[in-house]
Amino acid sequence: MSVMVRSKINGDDIEFVCQPDETLLDALRDRAGLTGVKEGCGTGDCGACSIMLDGALVCSCLVLGAEAEGRSIETVEGMANGDQLHPLQQQFLQHAALQCGICTPGFLIAAKALLDKNPDPSEEQVRYALAGNLCRCTGYDKIVRAVLAAAKQMRKA
Amino acid sequence: MEYLAPDKTADAVKILAKAKGNAHVLAGGSDLLVRMKTGFIEPDLIVDIKRIKPMQEIKKTASGFSIGAAVSCATLGDHKPLRKAWPGLVEAANLIGSDQIQGRCTIAGNLCNASPAADSIPALIAANAVAVVKGPKGTRRVPVEKIVTAPGKTSLKRGEIVESIHLPKRTAKMADAYLRFTPRTEMDIAVVSIAVNLTLGAKGVITDARVALGAVAKTAILVPAATKLLKGNKLDEATLDALAAACRAACKPIDDKRGTVQFRTQVAGTLAKRAALKAYTRAGGKV
Ligand SMILES: Cc1cc2nc3c(=O)[nH]c(=O)nc-3n(C[C@H](O)[C@H](O)[C@H](O)COP(=O)(O)OP(=O)(O)OC[C@H]3O[C@@H](n4cnc5c(N)ncnc54)[C@H](O)[C@@H]3O)c2cc1C
Ligand code: FES
Ligand code: FES
Repeated sequence: MSVMVRSKINGDDIEFVCQPDETLLDALRDRAGLTGVKEGCGTGDCGACSIMLDGALVCSCLVLGAEAEGRSIETVEGMANGDQLHPLQQQFLQHAALQCGICTPGFLIAAKALLDKNPDPSEEQVRYALAGNLCRCTGYDKIVRAVLAAAKQMRKA
Repeated sequence: MEYLAPDKTADAVKILAKAKGNAHVLAGGSDLLVRMKTGFIEPDLIVDIKRIKPMQEIKKTASGFSIGAAVSCATLGDHKPLRKAWPGLVEAANLIGSDQIQGRCTIAGNLCNASPAADSIPALIAANAVAVVKGPKGTRRVPVEKIVTAPGKTSLKRGEIVESIHLPKRTAKMADAYLRFTPRTEMDIAVVSIAVNLTLGAKGVITDARVALGAVAKTAILVPAATKLLKGNKLDEATLDALAAACRAACKPIDDKRGTVQFRTQVAGTLAKRAALKAYTRAGGKV
């Protein structure tokens, strides 16, 4: 029996139909066409599927699609303002903080969750906040630098 | 599979009691969905408790704090009065997983999942916490150490749900602390963990104490010998050594690649001293 789900995704009212045991990750990718959320592990370890759910940073692989009824969701697709990239996106490009890029949407969402709460984090705080995101390519250093640079840019703006 | 999200505890209990096949309660899903994904369980029914309003609340009452079963650990960490009264429990809850996991996971789920290495369980036991359990036969108030019976097993009966977790009232000169040993600082599972909860009287003398260990036995365990030796003493070196010895004696750990029996036992004593000192200074004791 499929379930009808209505949620607000990146500010838009979206309806999708999914199976009751389908994860929100799969529903976002396969039903709503939002392929910015990635599946790395499917078990909460890698953070590639990170989204904001009613203002909380979560792994969408550990949420059922059916749970999203009436909830508001933010994904990487909603980060840029039209053609204007979010400072985090700009700084990731500037610092070459990605190689294959599969981890990037998750890092961007988790980093944004951090900066929304703490606009001036230390390097250590950035590393702790991003401990739930894995990257096999960059060695993390460029990602941490990009986040610190974005924080600085956002404080000036 | 069917997914239901009732908005009343009574409805959730009714649904679960009537359910045929495999029915599971869903709180944050950080254990349940992993077990579904990896094929350990195949639910016929999932009852999501997150739409039940009272389960989303942290209440301060005359008798202490009541934490709804669906309150996420991130929300616990943001709650200042709770952090002030129960710093050890909150630090244990906030050690669970990453920020992403924190956004979802609950202490009631951590308890009901019944892992020997669960971070919040020793802290809850040390806190003398009580689980308020609702079931087809009414309400039971169960001390948390009576919930977990074996790895992955609880004393909850069919149709029973933990509705909230109750923490006793605090006064000044009471504090708790939680420490765990993990090879990585983040995103790792405790090899040994310990929670210490102390009440101090005049001149820094300990008037009450509860100590609980995690990851060194089939379930998290209370160490009654520790209570006995701490009561009536200050936290001097002899008392600390006796505490470490009592905690080591209580260990019945497994031997695996994450820690040998000898290592886990040794570390339990070391962490016991450190956690006791932390709780003691938090409670206003001077060392
Ligand atoms: C990447 C990752 C890292 C993790 N790291 C840690 C860690 O460091 N430390 C740690 O201790 N754990 C860790 N965990 C395990 C898990 O996050 C915790 O055990 C968490 O507290 C479970 O809470 P939950 O609300 O998500 O439970 P759920 O998955 O919703 O439920 C867990 C179990 O309890 C039952 N249940 C839940 N709530 C109730 C209730 N109110 N009444 C009756 N039964 C109930 C469910 O049916 C299920 O069997 C980790 C998990 C992941 C995926
Ligand atoms: S896919 Fe969700 S955490 Fe890896
Ligand atoms: S850029 Fe490839 S995994 Fe991070």
